[in-house]
Amino acid sequence: MNTSISGRAAIAGLGTTEFSKNSGRTELRLAMEATLAALADAGIDPSEVDGFSSYSVDKVPEYEIARILGCNNVKFFSQTPHGGGAACAPILHAAMAVATGVAKTVVVYRAMNERSWYRFGSGSYGFANTPTVENVNYGWYMPHGFHTPAAWVGMFAQRYMHTYGATSEDFGRVAVAARDFAATNPNAFFYEKPITLEDHQNSRWVCEPLHLLDCCQESDGAVAMVITSAERAKDMKQKPVIIKAGSQGIASGQQVMTSFYRDDITGLPEMGVVAKELYAQSGLTAEDFQTAIIYDHFTPFVLTQLEEFGFAPRGEAREFVLEGHHARGGKLPINTHGGQLGEAYIHGMNGVAEAVRQVRGSAVNQVDDVENVLVTAGTGVPTSGLILSAA
Amino acid sequence: MASEWLSELKAMVGQEYGRVYAWDKVNAPMVRQWCEVMGIDNPLYTDEEYAKKAEFDGLVAPPAMLQAWCLEGLHQNNYPPGSTNENPYGALKLIESKGYPAVVAVNSELSFDRYITMGEKLYYTTRLNEVGDEKTTALGTGFFVTLVMSFFSEKEAGDEKVGELLFRVFKFKPHQQPEKVEATTEVPIIKRPKPGISDDTRFFWDGCEAGELRIQHCPSCDQLQHPPAPVCIHCHALELDYKVATGAGELYSFVVMHYPEVPPFDYPNPIGLIQLDEGVRMPAGLVGVDNRDDLKIGQRVKVEFQTFDDELTLPMFRIVDSNATQGRE
Repeated sequence: MNTSISGRAAIAGLGTTEFSKNSGRTELRLAMEATLAALADAGIDPSEVDGFSSYSVDKVPEYEIARILGCNNVKFFSQTPHGGGAACAPILHAAMAVATGVAKTVVVYRAMNERSWYRFGSGSYGFANTPTVENVNYGWYMPHGFHTPAAWVGMFAQRYMHTYGATSEDFGRVAVAARDFAATNPNAFFYEKPITLEDHQNSRWVCEPLHLLDCCQESDGAVAMVITSAERAKDMKQKPVIIKAGSQGIASGQQVMTSFYRDDITGLPEMGVVAKELYAQSGLTAEDFQTAIIYDHFTPFVLTQLEEFGFAPRGEAREFVLEGHHARGGKLPINTHGGQLGEAYIHGMNGVAEAVRQVRGSAVNQVDDVENVLVTAGTGVPTSGLILSAA
Repeated sequence: MASEWLSELKAMVGQEYGRVYAWDKVNAPMVRQWCEVMGIDNPLYTDEEYAKKAEFDGLVAPPAMLQAWCLEGLHQNNYPPGSTNENPYGALKLIESKGYPAVVAVNSELSFDRYITMGEKLYYTTRLNEVGDEKTTALGTGFFVTLVMSFFSEKEAGDEKVGELLFRVFKFKPHQQPEKVEATTEVPIIKRPKPGISDDTRFFWDGCEAGELRIQHCPSCDQLQHPPAPVCIHCHALELDYKVATGAGELYSFVVMHYPEVPPFDYPNPIGLIQLDEGVRMPAGLVGVDNRDDLKIGQRVKVEFQTFDDELTLPMFRIVDSNATQGRE
């Protein structure tokens, strides 16, 4: 009996709102717009939805979407914690629910007014001193003012640079390639606004060793998808996008953004866990991808992820980006929508959306002959990943 | 004249005040309600059979009710007919009139000679027992005044004393309040965020207060761990203690924070990831960094405890490499 989820479920519908710095409407409305668009895209009646999955940090509850959609038979709902580390996990959960028959039609969504309503990098999170695990953990950092995601990532990046000889320019090459793709994506915030490596180097410090242009934007917007069985998806409106593999990952010494106590802090072992499982489920290797979505909240971890997935040997991703393999026309163009650096920061769900378009063949920066797309989720946190493939 | 009224006050000591009667004879319904309200379930007060099996002839009243029998009830100063009109608090009125407006009760000591039984009729008399000399306490300056109320049960053969209540108050003028500060338009002081401290981590923060850098240690497997946990991450032992680190180590990594500028921190704000010589790592602010371009991984550092806002002591680290940063405060 085949118990693998590989190939059992598919993404049958995709919907997004526009991405902006101020949506001018509620997160619930954004979620509903994206969800209704995804259902229309799939040709599925809203009342058929019997499952939901999202991020724990999403402030739109599934029951409210269900109530508005008119769902009266919802059998599965889940949420995945750890911010952007969730980006791929709701799709995995939906695939598992569909593969096991618990649900037949699952809506996955992420809706946020992150830029206009709250900002993750503000440095003031209101951690109190009641002794919950989270408050105690952040108690090691907050009193020193060591309190932004850029700073936490910077601490890993500095050591990575020291160990492997990577430079700020190597990080900059990730940003330049992303902005190049964004420049030709009308849905990107930085449409028609490419940057040069010089621009990157001249941009102000956010937190040394990270320049402003090493950091992704902050955005408002929503993305939703509909997951159903691969069998059913064959005969639906859109070309099915098969969920070939999915995994979450926690590795030794895991914390949320602050895994500073591991023997070595130049890798992302939780992404190594994801890589191993994705390759095992799918039978694919690093050679089998035509494009990839590599989570890019901050540029340094893009290099680390390329190494964890075997696109480059440990410490040598800088050679990979120096040769432009990650850029337009390269052997593995990544983040062809412009990434979160260039398109928008919808907590990685807009990256999953781009992977869907690449498999369908409908991306604005379409790569030729796409068979398999790797998608990764937030780094430095318990994370997740997916392989999406053509049928 | 100050001494005049003080003499008058002292002369009042020993004065006796007349009877204050109880409204009702000691009775079972009031006992039952009082016990219900106070949450007392001793059957001696409510179960006659039980009381009879004890040493009594019937139900008895809870001793602590003694004062309650002779209270005025719902309306103030509404005492039963025959009660005295004399005010036993005359001494307090006199003291107050001399500029001691505040009062606080300091002692209430109830003592009992025997149990009260159903049907007894009680009254009490009051004696001004003592007025102390002028004293200054944390509250202010004034006089301790002691009253003693003696409780009696009316008997044909002569009334019987059943208990006593000693009641002491401090009648005083409060310490001078500091003059009201004019409201200012200054921005409120923003303090460093305080850490969440749990039972698993308190030793570390207590150590900071004591000027010690404490690292959790497992006596079972002799390993160190940081950040602390309730269990040894190496052997899962639950009993852990700590070692005091030397505070010496090296810069394992670092960042220099620029944006956003969040009060009360100074920017640029250099933060180090410190590898202690004992083998564990901890992030901490770096002090004495004049030229951040001189920061280098591998530099020797030394702990320096700094206290912020008089309430938060943090381990900070200073570069101590002789050929490293020039910066010295």
